[in-house]
Amino acid sequence: MGALVLATAGATLLAGCGGSGSGSGSASGTPSKTVTLVSHDSFAASKSVMAQFTKETGYTVKVLRGGDAGAAVNQAILTKDHPRGDVFFGVDNTLLSRALDNGLFDPYTAKGLDQVPSDVQLDAAQHRVTPIDSGDVCVNYDRAYFTSHHLAPPQTFADLVKPQYKNLLVTENVSTSSPGLAFLLGTAATYGDDGWQAYWKKLKANGVQVVDSWEQAYDSTFSGSAAGRKAKGDKPLVVSYASSPPAEVVGVTPQPAQSPVGVATGTCFRQIEFAGVLHGAKNPAGAKAFIDFMLSRTFQQDMPLQMYVDPVVKGAVEPELFTKYGAKVPHPTTIAPDKIAAKRDDWVKSWNSIVL
Amino acid sequence: MELDRPVEPRASGRGRRPRPLAAGLALAALPLAFFAAFFAYPVASIVSRGLHQGGRWQFGRIGDVLGDGSVRHVLWFTCWQAAASTALTLAVALPGAYAFARLDFPGKRLLRAVVTVPFVLPTVVAGSAFLALLGQGGFTDSLFGVRLDTSVWAILIAHVFFNYAVVVRTVGGLWAQLDPRQEEAARMLGAGRLAAWRRVTLPALAPAVASGAVMVFLFTFTSFGVIQILGGPTRATLEVEIYRQTAEIFDLPTAAVLTLLQLVAVVAILAVHASATRRRESALRLVDPAGTAHRPRGAGERTLLAAVLASIAVLILLPLGVLAARSFDGPNGYGLTFYRALGTTSADGTFLVSPLHTVWNSVRYAAAATVIALVVGGLAAAALTRRAGRLTRGFDGLLMLPLGTSAVTVGFGFLIALDKPPLDLRDSWLLVPLAQALVGAPFVVRVMLPVLRAVDERLREAAAMLGASPARVWREVELPLVRRALGIAAGFAFAVSLGEFGATVFIARPDSPTLPVAVARLLGRAGEMNYGQAMALSTILMVVCAASLLILEYPLSKRSR
Repeated sequence: MGALVLATAGATLLAGCGGSGSGSGSASGTPSKTVTLVSHDSFAASKSVMAQFTKETGYTVKVLRGGDAGAAVNQAILTKDHPRGDVFFGVDNTLLSRALDNGLFDPYTAKGLDQVPSDVQLDAAQHRVTPIDSGDVCVNYDRAYFTSHHLAPPQTFADLVKPQYKNLLVTENVSTSSPGLAFLLGTAATYGDDGWQAYWKKLKANGVQVVDSWEQAYDSTFSGSAAGRKAKGDKPLVVSYASSPPAEVVGVTPQPAQSPVGVATGTCFRQIEFAGVLHGAKNPAGAKAFIDFMLSRTFQQDMPLQMYVDPVVKGAVEPELFTKYGAKVPHPTTIAPDKIAAKRDDWVKSWNSIVL
Repeated sequence: MELDRPVEPRASGRGRRPRPLAAGLALAALPLAFFAAFFAYPVASIVSRGLHQGGRWQFGRIGDVLGDGSVRHVLWFTCWQAAASTALTLAVALPGAYAFARLDFPGKRLLRAVVTVPFVLPTVVAGSAFLALLGQGGFTDSLFGVRLDTSVWAILIAHVFFNYAVVVRTVGGLWAQLDPRQEEAARMLGAGRLAAWRRVTLPALAPAVASGAVMVFLFTFTSFGVIQILGGPTRATLEVEIYRQTAEIFDLPTAAVLTLLQLVAVVAILAVHASATRRRESALRLVDPAGTAHRPRGAGERTLLAAVLASIAVLILLPLGVLAARSFDGPNGYGLTFYRALGTTSADGTFLVSPLHTVWNSVRYAAAATVIALVVGGLAAAALTRRAGRLTRGFDGLLMLPLGTSAVTVGFGFLIALDKPPLDLRDSWLLVPLAQALVGAPFVVRVMLPVLRAVDERLREAAAMLGASPARVWREVELPLVRRALGIAAGFAFAVSLGEFGATVFIARPDSPTLPVAVARLLGRAGEMNYGQAMALSTILMVVCAASLLILEYPLSKRSR
């Protein structure tokens, strides 16, 4: 251990006495032509769309992806004194307070924000973040199973604890999976601060299975997805996304009349993803230009098939795949970000003690 | 630096001999600097960030965390599953090490590469193969009606799958070079077969077995993906817990305490290992491995070989086969649909490069990481053979620490520590191979050390007496003997780098995701095409790994003269 301390001290010295070359020359008069976007692993956009941004503004975008949404936000907070990029995309409403409280973003009112419904503008007072997309975490069901068992699929949270759906549902660990947490938040929004625990006790008594990750739930345990069928998954109900049914038919020929996966639209929790200008960005002008671009029709209409999310801008047209195979969620549940931040740890702890 | 005076034979450890110490330190300088800059400094940064909150040190958190019953539970589970996994791996893989070292059978070289393949597979992919085999409707279920996917056995079996090659490579590398005539001589003198093995071969192998065991222990101690997939939500290792606290909950103080706890546990393990192997390694007679292997003779050896091949078939080939089969099992029956999809960037710009590009990225990174690991690990091993007393003893353990440190700690540490000149590497491509070499270098040391130490001191002395310079002594005397170990070490460093995921995922460069990162991205999306492409890419990863190992090890394991 002594050696470790020694080595550490040596390294710190080494780092400390590096010639502190003042004036690194980066502060030259010409603004940078590169915008660096920091995001999570799920960020995706068509090449042609990114090329259009470059054509319109002259900026090229460099994308840095790091881990899942939680990991990406935490890295951005850790490196906020020396931010790795100019603009951050992918902080959702369950993590928003953490990012805002840590002063991650500089305010910016994006062009085109007037076309975004006010109910997704969760920082309307200061505009430190701009809503970009939304998506719903919902229970998905295996159509073939319910057809062959002559059983109506469940539609609401209340349905899931009924005896006819005993031992059919697999969900994710709330500590390690973002859809798992969203599903818990959905039940908390529906049954209140005190009621959700009783609901989960019933759900547990009704044989809910918990696995650690969405991949394991959806691709191995769920019987409705193509991968799950091959893996002999044995649960016809899974906590996934409202956009899973369209994703399930991509590349399938011939295209089926309906997706093999259905959505229980009364079990949804809405996730909204935001972008913001990183505080201390080297190229804030480029960051703002990219946020504007993310609200443009071009980008908004490209998103669904890239990231399986819904556009937030009014009038953005969804691709046929979504309108044909997707599900409309009329009344998803939501919880205010500051309340999520305040309650989250307690909720996760009590969920652990009830369910695991 | 001149080292032309012969080193006197170790008489009794009395009297300091300054020269070897100086030489040892000179050799150790680069590995020490590497270790300090890319391990100690980043890890210290992230730990102190966690413990230094609100302008003061929060040492009180240490007591809080350690007093938590669930943390003790996690620590206990981490330790015992690692111990059980190590024991099981040794039991299964030691006969394998013997077979690969001493027996000739058709397809041996290919099989040696294949048993290393699990090491590069993303655990999430291999874990899903085990689920298919051990879970509902799987192999064990349909044959014996046994489901193991929720029992701890699934974890242990998966750990054997992943670490089989560690034992085969650390132990087998030396075993192949032990002179069989020594054992034969003992038998001529009347010792029974077993006694001869126990008295002659086993003591010679002990350091390598201990090395292999400690490597397996560290790998399983920091197990992450296997535990998540096969352990279910109720079982967690420290590694899983540190990941949760750092990347999800963002409770840095708790993560820092857990990281320290992990370090202390690993240091304790290494101390035990060091004291167990402190008995002086005897100079062994090393011979050309090409001459030690023979065709199996007699019923005993044939049975052993058959058992080894059967265990490899069930434990390693079967899960790999499951994955390969899935990659061909397309939407319209078996075919190449998923592979064709990989070649097209299509409208789907998930990667901004086609997934096939990631193969090339991974190979380039792994090649760079292998070079770094060989230089750092090779110099460290050379320094450690110079017996510079107690200093190097600690150094030996020091290099092993990265194996026992959580990847997320190292990854996040890189981000906050290496962001200022002169070490402003956050956006440099070098960051990825450096992180990978941290895991590869200890392995190089472990493989090289027993062999280097076994090189007869008198050979070196004789060469030096005859006026050879140290460099020439190395080239003419040591290199021919360690050439094979070097090949094994290089192959492993390469495989480790090819598959390294934990730290790479945080520092993957934008335009060049590595293959395991690409697999993870594909798996994170719904739909048959994404899943199928993930399986196809994993299969390509296996083939690339096996092919690289064959290419890497071939010139190095050629008969010397």
